[in-house]
Amino acid sequence: MITLEDVLKHAQGELAAAESLGALDQVRVHYVGKKGLITEQMKTLGTLPPDERREAGALINQARDQFSTALEARKAVLEGRELEQRLARETIDVTLPGRGQHTGGLHPVTLTLQRISELFGRIGFESVEGPEVEDDYHNFEALNIPASHPARAMHDTFYFDEHTLLRTHTSPVQVRVMESRTPPLRVIAPGRVYRCDSDLTHTPMFHQVEGFLVDRDVSFADLRGVLYEFLTLFFEKDVQVRFRPSYFPFTEPSAEVDIECVICGGGGCRVCKQTGWLEVMGCGMIHPKVFKFVDIDSEAFTGFAFGLGVERMAMLRYGINDLRLFFENDLKFLRQFPAF
Amino acid sequence: MRFSEAWLRTYVNPALTTPELVHQITMAGLEVDSAAPAAGQFSGVVVGEILETVPHPEADRLKVCRVAAGLGEPLQIVCGAPNARVGLRAPLALEGAVLPGGLKIKASKLRGIPSFGMLCSARELGIDEDASGLMELSEEAPAGIDLREYLQLEDSLIEVDLTPNRADCLSVEGIAREVALLNGLPMTLPESRSLVAAHDQGLPVNIEAPEACPRYLGRLIKNVDRNAPTPLWMKERLRRSDVRSLDVIVDVTNYVLLELGQPLHAFDAAKLKGGIRVRYGRDGEKLRLLNDQELSLHADTLVIADEAKALALAGIMGGSESAVSESSRDIFLECAFFTPELMMGKARRYGLSTDSSHRFERGVSFELQDRALARASELIISLAGGLPGPVVEAVSHTHLPQRPPLLLRAERIQRVLGIAIEADRISRILCGLGMNPVSHAEGWQVTPPAFRFDIAIEADLIEEVGRVYGYDHLPRKHPTIPAAMLPVSESRLELSRVKQLLVDRGYQEAITYSFVERGLQKLIDPEIEPLALKNPISAELAVMRTSLWPGLLDAAIKNNNRQQNRVRLFESGLKFIPLPDGLDQPKSLAWLAMGPVNGEQWAESLRATDFYDIKADVEALVMLTGRTGRLSFVAAPHPALHPGQSAEILMGSERLGWAGMLHPHLEKQLGFDQRVFLVELDQSILIGRDVPRFRSLSKFPTVRRDIALIVDDTVPVARLIAVAREQGGTLLREVVVFDVYRGPGVEDGKKSVALGLVWQDESETLVDARVEAAVAAVLESLAHRFEARLRD
Repeated sequence: MITLEDVLKHAQGELAAAESLGALDQVRVHYVGKKGLITEQMKTLGTLPPDERREAGALINQARDQFSTALEARKAVLEGRELEQRLARETIDVTLPGRGQHTGGLHPVTLTLQRISELFGRIGFESVEGPEVEDDYHNFEALNIPASHPARAMHDTFYFDEHTLLRTHTSPVQVRVMESRTPPLRVIAPGRVYRCDSDLTHTPMFHQVEGFLVDRDVSFADLRGVLYEFLTLFFEKDVQVRFRPSYFPFTEPSAEVDIECVICGGGGCRVCKQTGWLEVMGCGMIHPKVFKFVDIDSEAFTGFAFGLGVERMAMLRYGINDLRLFFENDLKFLRQFPAF
Repeated sequence: MRFSEAWLRTYVNPALTTPELVHQITMAGLEVDSAAPAAGQFSGVVVGEILETVPHPEADRLKVCRVAAGLGEPLQIVCGAPNARVGLRAPLALEGAVLPGGLKIKASKLRGIPSFGMLCSARELGIDEDASGLMELSEEAPAGIDLREYLQLEDSLIEVDLTPNRADCLSVEGIAREVALLNGLPMTLPESRSLVAAHDQGLPVNIEAPEACPRYLGRLIKNVDRNAPTPLWMKERLRRSDVRSLDVIVDVTNYVLLELGQPLHAFDAAKLKGGIRVRYGRDGEKLRLLNDQELSLHADTLVIADEAKALALAGIMGGSESAVSESSRDIFLECAFFTPELMMGKARRYGLSTDSSHRFERGVSFELQDRALARASELIISLAGGLPGPVVEAVSHTHLPQRPPLLLRAERIQRVLGIAIEADRISRILCGLGMNPVSHAEGWQVTPPAFRFDIAIEADLIEEVGRVYGYDHLPRKHPTIPAAMLPVSESRLELSRVKQLLVDRGYQEAITYSFVERGLQKLIDPEIEPLALKNPISAELAVMRTSLWPGLLDAAIKNNNRQQNRVRLFESGLKFIPLPDGLDQPKSLAWLAMGPVNGEQWAESLRATDFYDIKADVEALVMLTGRTGRLSFVAAPHPALHPGQSAEILMGSERLGWAGMLHPHLEKQLGFDQRVFLVELDQSILIGRDVPRFRSLSKFPTVRRDIALIVDDTVPVARLIAVAREQGGTLLREVVVFDVYRGPGVEDGKKSVALGLVWQDESETLVDARVEAAVAAVLESLAHRFEARLRD
């Protein structure tokens, strides 16, 4: 007769021989399943005389425990091996490129505009927009540029009819805001502007940001302070800035703002035409006649205004050397400006 | 305006180098564009006089010249210039001379004949562009004298870019006035002597338009030698001011124009019939100008006429018939003041722009005519002889510009400039500007001079004070700003966020021109007549866009032609929709996608972009607004889109925009080799946003039932969903489409649509019976409305 000892011994042999968790489970069923060999042994207990049962039962239980221990041990080995295999099987080349949509980018003019708006926004300048098809009144008349004024020749204007045109600057937004609100006013007006001119350094459409501040005591010194701060923060370096007297019909006093050439550092190069300086903005104190047009008392209020060319700022900031690239929308160009 | 620095320094000679001078006037508002030497760098060049020329035995074009060069024997020079002739005085580069560019002159042989130097053209010396022959010097030029010394070439040509308000600086004297003021130096005017009339013949002058010409001076000078040479010094000053020397009379008038800023005109007195009339032209009246242009005059154009006809375009250009010519003996010299406001734009109207019109439009001093006429007469008589007559003057004092005194308040200067400048300093600045300041309780009473047309109000004076004081000497301050917070709206989606989302979904932002080609515009939007520019820059940029699609399509084609087969571009900006009573300029957002959904990669096969990709973009954008529930796409035709893949996008009942595939017809016509998908949205509707409202969370489980329906292929799924929502009861939380199938097992013309319906209650666990009842209601309604049946 096969002894329990033989069964256990045999079982241990089979466990050790099992090479997969599946095979191992078969062994388990074979011995301790419902009809397993060890389980069956338990069933024979009832045939024994009562005084032997207790001892025989203990032996069977012991054998069963030994089997289980061996089973768990073998299982751990096999699981470990299986994990090893899975890890090996699932090892990939992490250097292959990732999958899915790549991000695009914003146009450098937008990046520049956002930067300008953010800097002025931090001292409370609100961004306001206006129409691009403008009337003569807002684009010229109310800015103290009457018909046939020589300053009009400086604006190569696109016309639709005698009174309707494409705005030549963002200054009409200044008029529109002052018409409808009362000081104090802190506003910037970014947007597209148009001039009938196209060559290496001119495109018929470009972008400007108009800014103005009107309050009871705004001075030219404030204008100097704000623009100096803006330019050094925009370029993130302590650039030299100079204010040069100039002429705009809608400001008095008027100035043009030059910065030390950021390309050559002021030594003179092709970009700054050997002068060491780059013109970046026009500005001044809002002309009393402009205040009169919008019914603001120029005795009670003063204000400054400025206008800057966005493409110029973008070119200097990002080192772009050809204005025309901005509107060709070549993906090879656009992709150089990832959004952030 | 270009002027000679040496000429300027005869008026005022500050101890400044050329760069320092350039910086000083630039910072005073006279922006210097360039300062170039009057000649190239060279040495060892003298005046040579050709004594003899003999043809070169070996070369037809060369001549062997004997050239006197001062002391010593004449030199043998071989020369190829066509104008080399006996008696000519020309620059001679001696042995050892160095020419611009570093060329060293050595004795050499030209075709076997020795040559001991080189005769030069103006171009070879960097004086002029003229390289047609030897530079011809005056007959009086002494042979052997150093050319630099003789021509006084140690000079800079300074080009100032004057703003329209500074007409007073359109002359050497005007610039000198500024330089004297800036340096606190006196100004020395050129010597001039007064003339005594040598005859008493005048010409009656009748001003018929005194508002346009308040002052007109004239003088008859008899017996002038128009062929007299212009002296070298004058020629040189003209040349350095970029004015060509023509004849002595024209040269003198140009010289006075440059010196004083006063345009003058000389008529051939013999061509004048009767007196001078300053009047307006008659409509259609003919006038042939000096430049041979034949004009048909307008009635608002001022002319100088005689009794018979118009002679000259007043203040702009003389006429050819009355012009001084070779045969002229007696000349009538005109010197007038024309009102700037009435001169503005007149020259441009005839396509003209002259030195004279440029100055009169901006303003010439109305007190200058007397001086300028005297100066011109004196120069003509000293250079070309002639007998001066008396000065004839017609003037309308009431029409001359007025210079009412202005009050300049010290307090206002400080308020505008942001600095307190000492009164004494301000007084000195005003005096230097010729403003005649008189002390006043609040500051100064100031009377601007006749040469300033840009000083009308107090602010103009404040600018002058600031400008001369130096803008860069003014402080930099932080403005005092009220610490009021700006509102931040949560019910508005910022455009920057919208753009960012498109960027994150792989789109690149484009900026295209707002004007497009009419043909392309018409293809996209045939029903609207676009707003057309009167003066477009080209046919490609001629009409205002009514959609952003033409620009994006154009950019896409160009990229496609540059070997980009995958293009994803978006743009935001205005479009321009003509309305019966005006123009609408709504803000639009559009994008275009073509080519594979993703860039080329190793892991998945490329899938071409389709309608549902761009639809997902729209859905993602609308999700930012929290209004997804109101978004719907309705099949609707659009002229630019494929009729079977074109949708009107609605937010509630408002049109948000359009999405679809470019019509295959246009795809071909525009030259695309693949499908193009387009979206355009109205920004004003897109950016509306709902502030989120919290709803309590249900603790109870959801119950889901999936149903697969067979319906006609033409039934839009959105309508099935709508019915399901309507009939599914208030507890229906979600309806998802998880499969759409056509093919074996589903008869032709039908499709199977699988919907997942999810219910949830907030207060209890749903019992099956309730859900089954809801499903039954949904199915019944779908069967009734769309003949939908459950798939077996």
